[in-house]
Amino acid sequence: MKLPYLPNHDDSSFFDFLAKHHPGLTLSGAGATGRPAALDQARAGGPMAVPHATTVLAIKYRDGVVIAGDRRATEGFQIADRRIEKVFKIDQWSAMAIAGAAGPCIEMAKLFQTELEHYEKLEGMPLSCEGKANKLGQMVKANLPMVFHGLVVMPLYVGYDVKRAEGRIFKYDITGGRYEESDYHAIGSGGKDARNTMREHFQKNLSEPDALKLALTSLYNAADDDVGTGGPDLVRGIYPTAKFVTGQGIADVPDEKIRSVYDAMIAARRSRET
Amino acid sequence: MPMPYYVSPEQMMQDKAEYAKKGIAKGRSIIAMEYADGILLTADNPSASLHKVSEIYDSIAFAGAGKYSEFENLRKAGIRHADLKGFMYSREDVTGRSLANGYSQSLGTIFSQEIKPLEVEILVVQVGVNGHPNEIYRISFDGSIIDEKNFAVIGGKADAVQAVLKEKSSGQAPALESALRLCISALEQTANLILPPEGLEVAVLDRNRAGRKFRRLPVDDIHRLLSA
Repeated sequence: MKLPYLPNHDDSSFFDFLAKHHPGLTLSGAGATGRPAALDQARAGGPMAVPHATTVLAIKYRDGVVIAGDRRATEGFQIADRRIEKVFKIDQWSAMAIAGAAGPCIEMAKLFQTELEHYEKLEGMPLSCEGKANKLGQMVKANLPMVFHGLVVMPLYVGYDVKRAEGRIFKYDITGGRYEESDYHAIGSGGKDARNTMREHFQKNLSEPDALKLALTSLYNAADDDVGTGGPDLVRGIYPTAKFVTGQGIADVPDEKIRSVYDAMIAARRSRET
Repeated sequence: MPMPYYVSPEQMMQDKAEYAKKGIAKGRSIIAMEYADGILLTADNPSASLHKVSEIYDSIAFAGAGKYSEFENLRKAGIRHADLKGFMYSREDVTGRSLANGYSQSLGTIFSQEIKPLEVEILVVQVGVNGHPNEIYRISFDGSIIDEKNFAVIGGKADAVQAVLKEKSSGQAPALESALRLCISALEQTANLILPPEGLEVAVLDRNRAGRKFRRLPVDDIHRLLSA
């Protein structure tokens, strides 16, 4: 049935709907002719100066997954933003964190949120955890043309699988390849430093406070070794953000809780120096 | 060249309207009613999976009576319209009024241009937050749109249900329990049978919920509310 005045499409994907009817609004801007050419010109003048978001990580623990990220965005050797938010609630049972070019990253998170809600409303039931992870892979793949222009979007996806009653972590590569991690993972410029810390201290079935502490310590150590990652900013009171994704749904970790973990950690480290 | 038979436009519209009305009256009724915390949607629907009431956006819901395949298409188009608008602009820019207008345009065009009109009647309801009033739009098969207050009824013996509700309602927004009881008794009275909670589809737009305000009430909740 054709409905004049209202958009018409047959399947349940908002992403496909946009690509077909409003291509200028999608990640790669396919169909918005001229955009890639303009990007080529921009690239001829050196690497593109857009804000980049850096280290984010996720750790599995007893009740689910904790996902956390620092707050710094860099533009070359400059700080572009001190308070950028890299961990996004996607729906009641999942969250994603991003590394890469900040603009497209945030756009992908927003598009993914809409995609899942759209599917849920049209079909009358939410996608499975696996289905959500696969869909995100397709969106990363659709962004591949932009990667050649230097606009990399790298998500880290965590979801609580209600059927299996466990938290799950998925990482991606730029081609949309999707890989499940069994324990923990970190991506971004300081990802390797964060992974080193997690490798040393990770245990199965950590308690919630221990998992949060490990996540925040890993971010701290990443900030220690990587210029792109921001540590806790004690003067301005800016701290990394974290979310718990559990069987009860998704919950923000309050700032005070994160602050108290850092206060204790910094006090312990200071005592080592004297 | 063969000449088509002449039918006066008046006659044609009348025939189409009659056809559509007949189709809609075959179904069962759906009531949207304002209650203290939002809007209650009650449908006489024995199926647990084929929904007549559905969520469109944060504070907007949809109800359709008549031919399932036709209002299901309208529902999906509405969700696309709302999600697209919310994605392009902002979540607060999605309004029930613009959606109701879109439906009205679509139904009106189809009614006048296609041979077969849509046999549907739909409701677009939006719960008002931060002191804004609720909005209830009833849109008919010919695209005519009516802004209702307190309650609205579509499908089946809508006029009879409306008369019962008019008689019983006090004009004040009732609590959820009494609103639900009132809706069920109006449906039972006109259908002339007892409706068990299993045969009802009930949902609310609750303005006290954060974010998405739409919630379906499962059978247990209906039992609990009715026994309260």
